[in-house]
Amino acid sequence: MIYLQLFFSYLKIGFFGFGGGYAMLSLIQNEIVEQRGWLTATQFADIVAVSQITPGPIAINSATYIGYTIAGIGGSVVATFAVCLPSLTLMLLLTRFFLRHRDNRYIQTVVKAVGPVVVGMIASAALLMMFPLSGKNENFVDIWSWLLFAACLYGSYRKVNPILMIVLSAVAGVVLYAIVPMIS
Amino acid sequence: MLIRLFTTFFKIGLFSFGGGFAMIPLMQREVIEKKKWIGSKDFLDMLVLAQSTPGPIAVNTAVFVGYKTKGVFGAIAATLGTVLPSFMVILLLAIFFAEVRNNLYVDAAFRAMRPAVVALIVAPLMGLIKGMKWYLMAVAAVVALLVWYVGVSPVYLIGAGVLVGVAVAVYNGRKGAKQ
Repeated sequence: MIYLQLFFSYLKIGFFGFGGGYAMLSLIQNEIVEQRGWLTATQFADIVAVSQITPGPIAINSATYIGYTIAGIGGSVVATFAVCLPSLTLMLLLTRFFLRHRDNRYIQTVVKAVGPVVVGMIASAALLMMFPLSGKNENFVDIWSWLLFAACLYGSYRKVNPILMIVLSAVAGVVLYAIVPMIS
Repeated sequence: MLIRLFTTFFKIGLFSFGGGFAMIPLMQREVIEKKKWIGSKDFLDMLVLAQSTPGPIAVNTAVFVGYKTKGVFGAIAATLGTVLPSFMVILLLAIFFAEVRNNLYVDAAFRAMRPAVVALIVAPLMGLIKGMKWYLMAVAAVVALLVWYVGVSPVYLIGAGVLVGVAVAVYNGRKGAKQ
């Protein structure tokens, strides 16, 4: 039965999780911590921390982790599948509809009107990460953070492979924040 | 083709740290520039659809590209590719190394990766803004401020965008009929 409960909980999270990523966090917390009581608030905070240091969408990370914690590997498969299902189905229908009717005047105008909203949302995501309004800034901790940021921005402009930039930043981090303090 | 969709999105999924928007430059490079699966004019359309659908942006964009290239099976292959790296990494962590985030080196690497990820989110904005009319740029700026500073939920702003779009289309339609 735990599989069914996991399935429906994550189906719900997937279905109502508009805005992606961190917008989904409160939804996940409400369902898993408050409604179901599967995890304590501390365990949940741990999962958020783990999600931040692993690749991939936080919704999927939390589904895999919580599914595993509650019901083993089977649970992680069920929860991950359930959280993707609404996304996959709805996006398939919408894409199909859009590609068939993209020349329609209404569709074109609506997509054009939502375009700047989406651009603004991406900018706000960046702003929130650069200048958070509450709590301390965990993304920019010192002058090196801003130098790395500037270097990667320049790298993107020069079309350097983003994967290479991520890997080089990680190496720079190990040198700057682990090796140098150890030597000095 | 299905396998290439899967492997390309596996690569994108494996390196998408820091949430959905951070994988935009990766997508641009792999899907538009290298593989040419979608055109650059499809790109903003795709982001609009992905944001208007619930669920992770990474999955939604994978569905769009997969469907456009190879139909329903393409969408499934691309989604599997996006989800699998994150699934496997988390599962391994949950089983073997629950304490990895307290590791000195992991912590140091991530401290430097975070600002890099922010740069990857900022970079594609330039390309998206280019060619936009001034009043659309103003809308984008207002939305950015509302979400960042005021904390308005993006869902309402997307809804408002859809309503404005419909209103403009109806208005233009009437004007067109009169002429």
